[in-house]
Amino acid sequence: MHELSIAYSVVEIATQSAVEAGAVRVKEVHVRLGALSGVVRGALEFSYDIACAGTMLEGSRLVVRELPARVYCAVCEREVELASVQYFCCPVCDTPSGDLRQGRELDVEAIEVDLPGEEHGNAGAGDTQGNSEQE
Amino acid sequence: METRVLEIRKGILNKNDEIARRLRERLHACGLLTMNLVSSPGSGKTAFLQRTLTMLRERGKTAAALVGDLATDNDAKRLAEAGAPVKQINTDGRCHLEAQMISDHLADWDLGSFEYLFIENVGNLVCPSSYDLGEDVRVVLLSVTEGEDKPLKYPNIFNSADIAVITKMDLAEACEFDLEAAERNIRAVRPGMRILRTSAKSGAGMEEWLECLAAEKLARCSVV
Repeated sequence: MHELSIAYSVVEIATQSAVEAGAVRVKEVHVRLGALSGVVRGALEFSYDIACAGTMLEGSRLVVRELPARVYCAVCEREVELASVQYFCCPVCDTPSGDLRQGRELDVEAIEVDLPGEEHGNAGAGDTQGNSEQE
Repeated sequence: METRVLEIRKGILNKNDEIARRLRERLHACGLLTMNLVSSPGSGKTAFLQRTLTMLRERGKTAAALVGDLATDNDAKRLAEAGAPVKQINTDGRCHLEAQMISDHLADWDLGSFEYLFIENVGNLVCPSSYDLGEDVRVVLLSVTEGEDKPLKYPNIFNSADIAVITKMDLAEACEFDLEAAERNIRAVRPGMRILRTSAKSGAGMEEWLECLAAEKLARCSVV
């Protein structure tokens, strides 16, 4: 089970971005999990609280978005979603395809943070990139 | 206090992937072909590798091996009998190898003096699938004693591999191993995958494996 070390990496990535943006607390972490990422959702959720303890993520919520495996079908000439990862064949025409287009994702998409109130008040309005771009 | 959403879009294994990328560049610069051997515990990785190292040596080829285990250096001792440089990586309970461990253990080897590097991963069909070790080729081993449906139970690792090796073919009959079903299951999770049938004990299929290594080296390494 490597989900605990994955959870620690999530905390590290979120903390770094939050600190760079001048945040004081992380409230939510959004993670994408592909069907072939090799990470078990339940185990990651279980490990997450342990990894967050004593950090600025303590008490935060982990939001997992699971992504099904998708392959490109050369016969149908389009990307199709696999019915199961035990069967890499197009669900429409049954042609085998190993041309994986989605399913290995394992990343932090976004975080929701608390920022201290700013007097000049230019943060927030439509800018979701953090302040690293402005520096 | 103001709440804000920050977009990040960063790979959770970014750190490992970056180390693996640099490692791959370093290994390529030395003209090395690197193979990452993954399988469940007891599938015969060490025996397979031992035979491989012996055969390469007999043919005047140079190879080195790193072997990962949670504890003990038993496998490294066995592999050293093949006359190749071998180092044991003890993960102290961790279920997989990471790129940094590979990098650290290569530090005092003259990589330019080897043609092939083998990494025997920790016996585990789950966690190692997520970690790039800087290898050129990922080889998944399946022994005839394990049952034909292993690929369906662990699709991630079989899908992430480039070559499948069926081991212990000398026991196939005694185990009533259904080779056709096993190969069908491998290809169900990885269409078109090359499958080799081997026995480290009898030597069956090992020549084909060595030819496969030579072809991979020719195709992937600029310095031959």
